Amino acid sequence: MRHVFSVRVGPVGFRVGSHWRTPIRQLATLYADYPRPENGVPDFTVRLFAHRPWRRVIRPAVMIGGDFMIPDAAPLPLAQGLLAAEMAMNLQMALGQRRYLLLHASAVERDGRVLLMTGESGSGKSTLAALLSRAGWRLMGDEFALIDPATGLAHAFPRLVSLKNEAIAAVEAAAPGARFGPLLEGTPKGAIRHLVPDAAAVATMDMPGRPALLLFPRFGFAPDIRAVAPGEVLMRLTQASTNYVAMGERGFTALTGLVRSVPARAIDYPDTDRALAQVAALWDAL
Amino acid sequence: MNGWLLARILRAPGDAAALDAAGWTALIAIARAEQMIGTLAWRLEGTPMPPAVARILADARASAEHGRTLALWEAEAARRALASLGIPVVLLKGTAFVAAGLMAGQGRSIGDLDILVPRASLQAVERALLTNGWEWVKPDAYDDAYYRRWMHELPPLVHRERDRMIDVHHTILPLTARITPDAAGLLAEAVPLRAGEKGGLAMLSRTDVIVHAAAHLFADGELAGGLRNLWDVHCLVEEFGVVGLIERAEHHGLGDAVGRALRLAAALYGDGATLSPGDRLCLHRVTARDGWGRATRPVTRLGFYIRSHWLRMPPAMLARHLWIKWRKQGAA
Repeated sequence: MRHVFSVRVGPVGFRVGSHWRTPIRQLATLYADYPRPENGVPDFTVRLFAHRPWRRVIRPAVMIGGDFMIPDAAPLPLAQGLLAAEMAMNLQMALGQRRYLLLHASAVERDGRVLLMTGESGSGKSTLAALLSRAGWRLMGDEFALIDPATGLAHAFPRLVSLKNEAIAAVEAAAPGARFGPLLEGTPKGAIRHLVPDAAAVATMDMPGRPALLLFPRFGFAPDIRAVAPGEVLMRLTQASTNYVAMGERGFTALTGLVRSVPARAIDYPDTDRALAQVAALWDAL
Repeated sequence: MNGWLLARILRAPGDAAALDAAGWTALIAIARAEQMIGTLAWRLEGTPMPPAVARILADARASAEHGRTLALWEAEAARRALASLGIPVVLLKGTAFVAAGLMAGQGRSIGDLDILVPRASLQAVERALLTNGWEWVKPDAYDDAYYRRWMHELPPLVHRERDRMIDVHHTILPLTARITPDAAGLLAEAVPLRAGEKGGLAMLSRTDVIVHAAAHLFADGELAGGLRNLWDVHCLVEEFGVVGLIERAEHHGLGDAVGRALRLAAALYGDGATLSPGDRLCLHRVTARDGWGRATRPVTRLGFYIRSHWLRMPPAMLARHLWIKWRKQGAA
């Protein structure tokens, strides 16, 4: 393909090819401080291409492809090409990753111990991870936590943090010096702006950590903290994992090991200040 | 960069040592696109490679092993569902290869479960599957009627809990094809997978299994997945030899298809063969893949697609079929 960008995020290498220059240039800028894939061989190939040849120039629309594809993916306008690239990389992980159990979760680390936060879109896990990373925590990732079935350790996957709608202004205010991607309006998920993880998060991304606390945050409710029974934790995590079934017995072992060894809490919060206080209290009580 | 890269490395794994990073990257993308990454991983086990590649191929081996477990379990589920009927149940394609522990099954990706049963038992098989958790995939009256009247298999069924598809064949080519293989002969010559076991699962004889692979490729298909199917043929010939193969193929009316399959498999994975212009065109089609894993050579692909329909049914019927399909597409 004409325009190519390769990058390594945590233990995973990607190669992104594109018919258009713009998304590749944006990736190269935002991922400037990241290393290349190990040995020059990426784990996954991603392709951004025009559905029909003329759609490269006339109302250009970006189709998503790669090693792993879903048949009915809708194209995005070229203005959202960066989002298309990010989605395509996520898709490779969701469908193709077999080395690590994937949890759709954000992860931050302190003193070698990892806080995992998982929940549906809108729960605030990305926002909380971004804010915690400005408050002494190391950002390990806002999209996927990678659990190694052999060791139980969580590996960092610090992709660009995808901030949506109200979260954009909240994090912009809390992190004035941070680097952001372009503001993407009118995407299928509303307004999106990508936050570049801080230099420390990138420099230490090869350091795994031991999961120590699992949170199920929920935004927009009166403050509350509840214990979650192991059976429910397991069920919630099977739903939060994109490759639990495909990993077979290794996935089951990794997940049950996590549930047995890590305390879990559901937290409801009306605003991010309250959530950060809840997290601090729970962490100190460990 | 094209499908020949994958074929060359499968034929001579030692050549992989000379690959640079771009070569490895293209090889992996092509192998994934052809659904042969597990096969490649098995073939390259123990040869020197960069650590990043070793990890990717180790993952592929683990995936293939998990896929093997699922395929065998699905075959066992079908055996249990059909055991009371007292009919022969013959595993076809990938599931048969792994059940028999054949080289063709090493690392192979396996999708649906394909079985062959006597045509007279089709209704009983269908009933038994429906009462054991399988259900119809296509609730479309035309497709359903088309399958039942003209195809060599029941409309596909999917298991409602395991979400796995089963294709129940009663012969190996559509009834509309100009060639009519000896379906009863396929069943009569089938061999039990566990020696001496009666009422268990079976697979096709060592000649019929190659005939089926060739029929699937040339008399029916549009050569999609050709690299993988020809790897099957290559492995089966390596293990079973070709004694009596051509005679058996001619008995089924598939001498030409088997002859071509042997030449193409030898050209890609073996010691080479004398190729006709038609063979070369087929190779042009099956290697149409670039280093990004993209399908290339659209004109050749389209040509083979049209050919596959031409072979599958007579012209008037083809016209009617395409007309109905086209109208339904417009309505959807």
